[in-house]
Amino acid sequence: MPGRALRIVLSLTTALLLAAPLAPMARADDQAQTASPEAAAHVPLVYLALAVKRSFPQSYLDQPPDDEGVAGANVALADNNTTGHFTGQDFTLDIVTAGDEAGAMAAFADRLGKGARNFVTDVPAPLLLKLADLPEARTATLIDAADSDDMLRAEGCRRNVLHVLPSRAMRADSLMQYLVVKNWRRIMLLSGQTEADKLYAEAMRRAAKKFQIKIVADKAWTFNPAEQRADTGHFEVNTEVANITQGVDYDLLVVADEEDNFGDELGYRATLARPVAGTQGLVPTAWTRVYDETGATQLQNRFLRAAHRWMTERDYGAWMAVRAFGEAAIRTHSSDPAVIGAYLRSPKFELAAFKGERLSFRAWDGQLRQPVLLADPRSLVSISPQPGFLHEFFETDTLGVDQPESTCHLK
Amino acid sequence: MPSQMNRGLAALCCLLVATGAARADHLYVSNEKDNTVTVVDAASLAIVKTVPVGARPRGLLLANDHKSIYVCTSDADHIEELDLATLTVTRTLQSGPDPETFALSPDGKTLYVSNEDDNEVSIVDVASGRISGEIPTGVEPEGMVVSPDGKTIVNTSETTSMAHFIDAASHKMIASVLVGSRPRFAAFTKDGSQVWVSSEVGGNVSIVDAASHKVVHTIAFAIPGVPAETVQAVGINLSPDGKLAFIALGPANRVAVVDTATFAVKKYLLVGQRVWHMDFSFDGKTLYTANGVSNDMSVIDVGDLKVTKSVPVGHLPWGVVYGP
Repeated sequence: MPGRALRIVLSLTTALLLAAPLAPMARADDQAQTASPEAAAHVPLVYLALAVKRSFPQSYLDQPPDDEGVAGANVALADNNTTGHFTGQDFTLDIVTAGDEAGAMAAFADRLGKGARNFVTDVPAPLLLKLADLPEARTATLIDAADSDDMLRAEGCRRNVLHVLPSRAMRADSLMQYLVVKNWRRIMLLSGQTEADKLYAEAMRRAAKKFQIKIVADKAWTFNPAEQRADTGHFEVNTEVANITQGVDYDLLVVADEEDNFGDELGYRATLARPVAGTQGLVPTAWTRVYDETGATQLQNRFLRAAHRWMTERDYGAWMAVRAFGEAAIRTHSSDPAVIGAYLRSPKFELAAFKGERLSFRAWDGQLRQPVLLADPRSLVSISPQPGFLHEFFETDTLGVDQPESTCHLK
Repeated sequence: MPSQMNRGLAALCCLLVATGAARADHLYVSNEKDNTVTVVDAASLAIVKTVPVGARPRGLLLANDHKSIYVCTSDADHIEELDLATLTVTRTLQSGPDPETFALSPDGKTLYVSNEDDNEVSIVDVASGRISGEIPTGVEPEGMVVSPDGKTIVNTSETTSMAHFIDAASHKMIASVLVGSRPRFAAFTKDGSQVWVSSEVGGNVSIVDAASHKVVHTIAFAIPGVPAETVQAVGINLSPDGKLAFIALGPANRVAVVDTATFAVKKYLLVGQRVWHMDFSFDGKTLYTANGVSNDMSVIDVGDLKVTKSVPVGHLPWGVVYGP
C-alpha cells in the first residue's frame, strides 16, 4: 500500500505541475444542459446517523474516524451532482447526527414533517425499525447504509427499508463457499459475548450447514479483554488461546468478534498452525482498502482525495446508499420520492458500485444483491460467489437468504 | 536466450528498415501489468519485440503518418510516442493525470485524452506535446471518439453513465446522453450519423443518433450458458464496409457480431478471457483482440467469422492496434 499512496501523491503533484504553467487554459464553464433545459430540479436527501459510543477496540491501530459514513455519503453526493449538472438535477444532503435514540427519532419526525422522504440511515437495527414504523414514514424510503442484521431482512423487514451492505448471512455464505472450493471442510468456531457476536456466529452455523462444512468445535471466548491490556498481557492471551484450541483438529478457526475485542489475537497462538477467518483474518466484506479491481481504484483515489484517509466499509455503505438515490432520480429524471422509491425496487434499477456487475435490490427482502470480497488486512484473497455456485437468476443470490427460504413478508 | 533472440529479431527488423526493404505489418499490444508493448508480426504472428514503456500502458493509437503509435501510460501520467522504425519510445506528451483512452482528430494534430481520475478531458497538441485545454466532463471519463468530420468529440463517463457530445471548436458541451451503466467505449459510424456506446455494467450497447442526441436502439446480449452478469460490453469496432459491428464482451470471453442495419446479433465468437479492445487489419479482413485475463491476442477471420489463432503476449493485455 505505501506504493499506491505514493503513486497517488505523485499523480496529484504531476497534475499540479502540469496545470500550473499552462495558459491560456480553455475551459468550457457554462455548459449547455441539453438533457434538461428547464431549471434544476432539487432532490433532497437526509443522512441520519446515531453517534454510537464503541467499546474499546482490541487494536488501537485502527481508530474509527469521526466522519466515518458521512465522508462516503459526501463523495457520492458529489458524484450525483456531477451527473445532475448534465440532467438538470441538484442533490443536497442534510446530515443529521443524533446523540441518542430520542434525538434521532425527533430529527427524523422533524424532517418528515418538512416533507423529506429520501433517507440514508446509519442507526442500529431496533432504532431503524422504530423509524420505519412511524406512520408518516410509510411514504418514505430508508436506505440502511450500515446494518448487516439478518433479522432486518427476515421477520424485521419493512416495505420502506432497503439495505446496501451484505447481511451476516451473505458474509457467512461467502466464506463457506470459499472453504468448499479450498476443500477446508472442518472449522472451529469461536464467538465473543456481545449480541452481535452471537448473531455472527449463528450466521456461520447456518452457512456451514448449508455448504456442508463441519463445525468440529463451537466455543465461547470469555476471557476478559481488559487483561490483554496489562503489561505481559500477551502471556495470558497466548495461554488462553492455546488452551481453548487444544485437543481439536480443524482446518480453519472462524472467529465472531464484531467489535474487534480479541479476534486479532488468535493467529500464531493456537495449538495447531491454522489460519483465522471471520470478523478478523480472512474477512468477508463489501469494501476494503486493498481492493482495486473493476475500477475500484478510482473510487479509492476519489475518496482518499476528499477525506484524506482510506475508505472503510461503512463509508462505502453510505456511498452506495446516496448513489442509489442518485441513480434512481437520474434514470427516472424525477425528484418525486414515490417515483424514485418505486424505481429503486424495480428490476430496471442497477447500481454500478465497482464490483464488476450491476447490483440490484432483492424484491423479497430489500437486500442489495452483490458479490462479497474476501480479504485479509493486506490483500484481496477472493470474491464470492465462487465459480460453480450457480443460480437460476443471479449467481449473487447464492449468497444470503434466497426467495424460497425468506421469512420476510412485506406488508 | 529468449531476450537474445528478441534482440536478434529486433536488430534484423531495424536492418530491414534501414535498407529500405518492405516490412510486414505488425500488431502492437499494450500489456497493463508488464509495462510493455508487445510487437507481433502480422504475417507470421511471431513476437518481434517487447518494448518497455511507462507504467500501466492502456490506450493505443496509430499516428496518421503511420510512423509511430501513441501509448497512454496511465500510472506514468503521460502519453508516450513509440517510433515504429526503431521500436523505441522517442518522446512523451502531456496528458493530464491517469490517461486511459484517447482519440485523434482526423487531421492527426490533436489528441483528446480522458483523465479517469480527474473528471476532465485534456486536449493535447500533438506537435508540441503540450496540453492546450481541458474540458470538464462527468465522473470517471473513459471512452473517447472524434466524429469523422472532426467537428464533434464524444466522451463517456463511467459513474455518470453518459455520452457527452462536445463541440471540437468551442469545447462546449452540446449534449449529454444517458446510456447504460458504466459506459466504456464510443465509436462513430463511418457516415458520422450514429455513435455506438458500450456499457460494461449495463452489459449493453446504446446506439445514439448523432444529430438528435437520442438513444435510438439498445442492443442486449444473451449467450446460452453464460451468466448475464459476465456479459460486459467494452470495445467496439465497426467493419470498414460498415456492415458489421464487433463488440468485445469482457469476462463473457466472447466477441458479439452485430448486423449494423438490423442491430441483430449474428454470432458470438469465443475468444480469450476478458476481452478488452480490438483492431482491424488495414484490409479489414482480420480482427485482433486483446484478452486481459488469458494474456493472449485472438485472431478473427472477418469473412468466415471464425477465431483462427491465439497468440500469447504479455501480462494483462489491454489495447491492440494494427500498424506497419
